[in-house]
Amino acid sequence: MSKASETLLDPILQRNPIGAQILGICSALAVTTKLSTAITMAVAVTFVLVWSNGLLSAIRRFIPSSIRMIVQMTIIASLVIVVDQFLKAYAYDLSKQLSVYVGLIITNCILMGRAEAFAMKNGVGLSILDGLGNGLGYSLVLLAVGGVRELIGSGTLLGYTVLPTTAAGGWYATNGLFLLSPSAFFLIGLLVWALEYRRHSAMAKGR
Amino acid sequence: MHKESPIRVLAIAALVCAVCSIFVSAAAVGLRPQQQANKLRDTQRYILQTAGLYEPGSEGDLAALFQQIEGRVIDLETGEFVEGVTPDDLEKQGAKNEAMKIAAESDIAGLGEKPARRAIYFVREGNRLERLILPVEGKGLWSTMHGFVALGPDLATIKTFCIYDHAETPGLGGEVSSPKWLALWDEKTAIDAEGRPILEVVKGAVDPRSPNADHQIDGLSGATLTGRGVTNLVHFWLGEQGYGPLLDRLREGGDHVEGI
Repeated sequence: MSKASETLLDPILQRNPIGAQILGICSALAVTTKLSTAITMAVAVTFVLVWSNGLLSAIRRFIPSSIRMIVQMTIIASLVIVVDQFLKAYAYDLSKQLSVYVGLIITNCILMGRAEAFAMKNGVGLSILDGLGNGLGYSLVLLAVGGVRELIGSGTLLGYTVLPTTAAGGWYATNGLFLLSPSAFFLIGLLVWALEYRRHSAMAKGR
Repeated sequence: MHKESPIRVLAIAALVCAVCSIFVSAAAVGLRPQQQANKLRDTQRYILQTAGLYEPGSEGDLAALFQQIEGRVIDLETGEFVEGVTPDDLEKQGAKNEAMKIAAESDIAGLGEKPARRAIYFVREGNRLERLILPVEGKGLWSTMHGFVALGPDLATIKTFCIYDHAETPGLGGEVSSPKWLALWDEKTAIDAEGRPILEVVKGAVDPRSPNADHQIDGLSGATLTGRGVTNLVHFWLGEQGYGPLLDRLREGGDHVEGI
């Protein structure tokens, strides 16, 4: 695999930011009760990640290492505020549901993690690919967890009824646990286990 | 110059801040009209809900629906209408609406101050008053809760009550905004014959046989303090400090109350 496609594709499954690097768990718990908020959050984080990686990589040679992290924070925070303003203007209801979590993208470890671990050492093109790859990896987990939680917790997907609930005269008794944060822990835990299992069996084969 | 020299560090820091601040302010300023329009729509939707005129899905004709509602601005102290000022104007001038200090002993809602003027809304059927919608707010356990009270034509019975913004504990105090709990408020008596607010959120469930049941609301378990906050905000706003003067005037048949 070429360096570029490896940079892009690796973080999607192999080194998934949530599943393998265990970064950005807190937002993955908070915004995945519904698929719509999970999608919005995934798009927002991917956008910020691509731009922050690209911008930081472009100016990496000018950043004095003593204020390196502060510069990273400033750029990430600015991008997040811009995204938040856009959501407030064009997706008001979603932004209200996401409430503080859009602002909290600033403290999402994936952003600082990728900036520090990748963008500060690699060229602009690769850094953007790395941002995109990690963004997609994060999105994948968010959508999977959000989809399962909404389906089991409310019997809907994106607000459309899939399993008619007993409350609405159907047959499906909703499982309220899936609307609470612990269920996301269980799901992500299972996911981490699956990814680890896959990695180990790949390693065993390689031996 | 060396990359780590203090001057360069300062220069880079200043440059990054300057560039970032330009982007942030451009986004904030450029998108503000759109955001304000969203906020206005949101408030209108809550007013329509309180007015009983909103059906989910009637999103498109929000503005048309809102035409049915008559917004007026009042002077809180006297309860008089302020002529020539619409609720929209009040929203726009914002800062010009001076705040009045609330004396500590009467500040049961924990607000500290209140605006001199407020927007209120009338819902009429022909010439008859159906509902009077009053914005209210007050401190709960953690946050300031914002809501609307809709009073019926007798100006004493609650038609609907809604709390649309708060930051109480999710699952406990946060249930104040749940439709199920708010539905308990319908048709409760908020004000007694002497014009005093009597409604209260009790601890536990209301005994339906009690003579007080018509002005008591079931408490939310695990949310005693939030419930007390709701009681206080209702007492504050329906009492002397809030809309009391207005309600007195309307009850005595002051101007603009045809058909009450």
